[in-house]
Amino acid sequence: MSLVVSTPGASARPLARSVIFWGGAGAVMLMLAIFAGVVIGETPLPLSTVAAVFANVLWDAGHAVDPIDAGIVWSYRLPRSLVAAGCGAGLALSGVVLQALVRNALADPYLLGVSAGAGAGAVAVTILGLGGGALGLSAGAFSGATLAFVLVALLARAAGGGSAQLVLAGIAGSQLFNALTSFFIAKSANAEQARGIMFWLLGNLSGVRWPDVSLAAPTAVLGFVICLWFARAMDAFSFGAGSAAALGVPVRRVQAVLIGVTTLMTATMVSLVGSIGFVGLVIPHAMRMVVGPRHARLVPAAALAGAVFLIGADIVSRLLIPGQVVPIGVVTALVGAPGFALILLRNRRRL
Amino acid sequence: MRLAARGLGWSAGAPIVEDVSLTIEPGETFGLVGPNGSGKSTLLRMMAGLIPRTRGTVHLGGRPLSRLSRREVAQRIAFVEQIADTSEALSVRDVVELGRTPWLSALAPFSPSDGMIVDEALQAVGMAGLASRRWATLSGGERQRVQIARALAQRPRVLILDEPTNHLDIHHQLSLLRLVSRLPVTVVLALHDLNQAMGCDRLGVMQEGRMVACGRPVEVLTPERLAAIFRVGATPLCDPVDQTTIFRYHCLEEGA
Repeated sequence: MSLVVSTPGASARPLARSVIFWGGAGAVMLMLAIFAGVVIGETPLPLSTVAAVFANVLWDAGHAVDPIDAGIVWSYRLPRSLVAAGCGAGLALSGVVLQALVRNALADPYLLGVSAGAGAGAVAVTILGLGGGALGLSAGAFSGATLAFVLVALLARAAGGGSAQLVLAGIAGSQLFNALTSFFIAKSANAEQARGIMFWLLGNLSGVRWPDVSLAAPTAVLGFVICLWFARAMDAFSFGAGSAAALGVPVRRVQAVLIGVTTLMTATMVSLVGSIGFVGLVIPHAMRMVVGPRHARLVPAAALAGAVFLIGADIVSRLLIPGQVVPIGVVTALVGAPGFALILLRNRRRL
Repeated sequence: MRLAARGLGWSAGAPIVEDVSLTIEPGETFGLVGPNGSGKSTLLRMMAGLIPRTRGTVHLGGRPLSRLSRREVAQRIAFVEQIADTSEALSVRDVVELGRTPWLSALAPFSPSDGMIVDEALQAVGMAGLASRRWATLSGGERQRVQIARALAQRPRVLILDEPTNHLDIHHQLSLLRLVSRLPVTVVLALHDLNQAMGCDRLGVMQEGRMVACGRPVEVLTPERLAAIFRVGATPLCDPVDQTTIFRYHCLEEGA
């Protein structure tokens, strides 16, 4: 085997080959992670049982499997892993987009008030009974998230429309909606409800079933495709929006599309599983260290790493305290914060 | 490609640029001088089509800039900002590759010919040997040269530079101006150093948003005008080596 040193742009074919290679490797890693999410859990299931359940459902193999085991694998753990993957990818992609557009290292999917809005919406529906029971918790969260984002976007626009204005408007929006959440809880909730809301706000995949997959997966895939489509435009933002405009990027349109898709992804994910912190902040930074700042590589790397990380965090959240599920947001922060500290330290040494 | 501005104006509360008309001929090196806040940068940005909702029109090769998409403008006009900085860990080559952005899309990815254009641009500014260096490790002069290489990689017909010699030591100022003057494109640049401005084909003098003079440097930069606009006394001297006129400045008396 000879070592081929590819000079940049020597031929188009190595590009296609590396796309196929890394795409394949990424797909395999994602599938392994999902499989691990299905196999590992409080009820230990042998690999053969898991394989038999898959075979039964996928091509009617007719293996004899305990229906309880089959239910755990197919109706409980698999959708849970798939939603974790979708949420992880969606949150990480949202982080990539916002860090690229806002040019702020602290930008994360909750920057624009989406998470706070989702919390307030969920509380309004479950505790105040807004919508008269016609709205579920997820629908309430999604409406709240969208409302919060629209308010933040309008405020930022009225304040001049720069990225600093967007960050500040996001802070104002987040504070307002967090205060509303606390107010609703203090006003109307009993202790049991308050505890339930707290649990949901910290992120919780326990209730996830197949209908949630049909929301999370397409949203994540759509977001991934759009982010990849605009990878070069996000590169052009490296030197700021003015520089991107000088490079021929239709700045307003790109910002509108990308921030729109970010809001859609974040609102969907938060409404399904609550606000899971740190994924959208840490994963993009970590992946920049690994694959560099160019978005053609950063977007797929962050999507994959986010998906794998959240599946892993979900597994840990199930195993950490026997007989009890720790909120996944607690796990992501427990792992994410020290991980982020390590990245900071390593980065300082390099500079 | 001829770049023609008619009646350009822009206000941000107070008028920043008012009623500037100007035609820049193909291949020309056109310098813009004027005191701080006289509207040089704004005028340059307007001529690059980077400021929306301006008064007046800019025509490029006979076509109005407003009818071209951002992408089409960037394929024809490259703009180098006064200061450009990023916190991303981009390499020199990455930055120059950004110049290919207006020619690429998701369906037309970076090709070998783009790679060659980037190589040429790096060579043109003498940065080919530093292609893998990180942006953060570059000096001010190197950064400015990388930005010019990025602009060249756009393969523009017109190159617009906003005070490219700012913050550079004298060696880098001179080598950068020599580099720019040898480029086979139309160049429009703002300059602070009037002696350097003497090297342009033509000069426009800005004062309080208006272009108050335009023509050959020796005709435009007269001691009277320097006193009126820049508020300095200037003595033209002759360099015995090549007979060029240079200015020596002194303060005008207070109130004069």
